[in-house]
Amino acid sequence: MSEWWTYRLEDFLLFSPRVYWRMFELNNAASWPLHLLTLAAGLALVVLVLRRPRRHGFWIALVLAALFAFVGWSFLRSRYAAINWAIAYVAPAFGLQALLLAIGGAARGGLAFDRRDIAGRLGLLIAVVGLVAYPLLPPLFGRPWSSAEVFGIAPDPTAITTLGVLLAASGGLVPLLFAIPLLWLLLSGLTLHAMGDPQAWLPLLAAAITVAALALRRIAR
Amino acid sequence: MMIITRRTFVKAAAASGAALVLPAAAPGAPPAPVMRAVPSSGEMLPAVGLGTWITFNVGDDPVLRDECAEVIAAFFAAGGRMIDSSPMYGSSQPVIGYGLEKLGRPEALFSAEKVWTSSAGDGPAQIKQSRRFWGVPRFDLVQVHNLVAWETHLETLFAMKADGRIRYVGITTSEGRRHDLFEQIMRAHPLDFVQLTYNVVDREAEERLLPLAAERGMAVIVNRPFQQGALTRQLQGETLPDWAAEIGAGTWAQFILKFILSHPSVTVAIPATTRVDHVRENVMAATGPLPDAAMRERMAAYVRDL
Ligand SMILES: NC(=O)c1ccc[n+]([C@@H]2O[C@H](COP(=O)([O-])OP(=O)(O)OC[C@H]3O[C@@H](n4cnc5c(N)ncnc54)[C@H](OP(=O)(O)O)[C@@H]3O)[C@@H](O)[C@H]2O)c1
Repeated sequence: MSEWWTYRLEDFLLFSPRVYWRMFELNNAASWPLHLLTLAAGLALVVLVLRRPRRHGFWIALVLAALFAFVGWSFLRSRYAAINWAIAYVAPAFGLQALLLAIGGAARGGLAFDRRDIAGRLGLLIAVVGLVAYPLLPPLFGRPWSSAEVFGIAPDPTAITTLGVLLAASGGLVPLLFAIPLLWLLLSGLTLHAMGDPQAWLPLLAAAITVAALALRRIAR
Repeated sequence: MMIITRRTFVKAAAASGAALVLPAAAPGAPPAPVMRAVPSSGEMLPAVGLGTWITFNVGDDPVLRDECAEVIAAFFAAGGRMIDSSPMYGSSQPVIGYGLEKLGRPEALFSAEKVWTSSAGDGPAQIKQSRRFWGVPRFDLVQVHNLVAWETHLETLFAMKADGRIRYVGITTSEGRRHDLFEQIMRAHPLDFVQLTYNVVDREAEERLLPLAAERGMAVIVNRPFQQGALTRQLQGETLPDWAAEIGAGTWAQFILKFILSHPSVTVAIPATTRVDHVRENVMAATGPLPDAAMRERMAAYVRDL
């Protein structure tokens, strides 16, 4: 891009905050009552990580893969891309994440959620924040309940809970699985920041804590 | 039989060089906005148009789509004609198409589109897609957005104009970017329109581009009249000077628009809005008196000193 230094972050924002948050309202109305199912799936993930029954890795990866594919299609591709053409290029990344998760889950000894170090426990906390705290945010930021972001329906809590669960995981593919949710949260945080939305720090903080937890684990080794 | 619409009437009047006599407005109807000639054709256009960046990018939201359609309806009802968009503006193009369809395809429309793709070969396909979104048989004006791949796109656009597939060719920039190259292109090519940023605080265009447009016989579209709302927001808390009444400016938005429109090179300013009352206010800024040179300096000084 020419004279790129004259551009500010806001110059890349294509839509108003009103349009952005109404998009969640419309998406929630269209997907209700799937929220109950995705939240139940999220809680099941946490229980699977805690209990570690046989083949838990397979089931966790399968659920996450399904939800990434669903959010990528139903929210990013079918809704968000309409007001932000750049998202048309991002949505396939959610598909790729679904594919990677599916491969990780199906491969023999691919994924086990057996890490109980500090990073792993912090991960579970992050996962619960994404599941429980995220849908409760709207009144804190002066928005209607109908604009709530719910795990498995909206991208941010889906990415956050996924990162949390992944912090408890071991297996060859694991490092690869962090990239897309982290990059998504960076993009989402910057978008909210450009919108002047006070919620912007949340996705950025979740990403930063995840990276810090991974770094801590490396140092501890 | 030839049906004489307001548009063909205006065109014919302009082409024949006849004095512009509009049919008497119905009693109680708002006064008609001042008309400006496109130098390359003599076609007359109302001096305030409608931008669509951000404001019309509402996706598939049915409520907001209807709100945009109401803004378009109020724009035409006030006497506006030019609507400006770009493939860069998300869903703005289909939203314009929705509004136009809902209004029964107003004849007054002057469509100002852009071509915006770095792979120059994609230009024709993109213009075709934009036409589908608007639902128009041809665009009045297509501009090379921000000079992206301008050489090839200009070739395409001049060829389309020669074939009658578009009526006018233009280029755009904003916020003072690439004025040197912009000037070179203006000097080298027979453009009908140029689009740039100009307002009471962003006055760089006065130095070279605006005089050059007059010299080269190019129409000027002014974008970002309100600095994307930053300027109107900033002035909101300030009192409008008493003497603003002398030029018929009842609000800061009208004050700014009147400053822009009073530059002799300016043809149309294209503020964007989501609000029916604002679109009326903006088109109304093109009615009544406009400031003279001395008043313009007074206006600029006043805003500068706030
Ligand atoms: N490079 C390019 O080609 C280029 C670059 C920039 C812009 N453009 C074109 O130029 C158009 C105008 O520029 P822009 O959209 O950036 O900004 P703008 O027209 O300077 O400002 C738009 C903002 O002004 C507010 N506004 C409009 N009328 C008002 C009024 N009467 N009183 C108070 N506030 C008012 C609107 O808010 P409300 O919704 O509340 O009214 C909106 O937020 C664009 O839409 C686009 O079509 C082209």
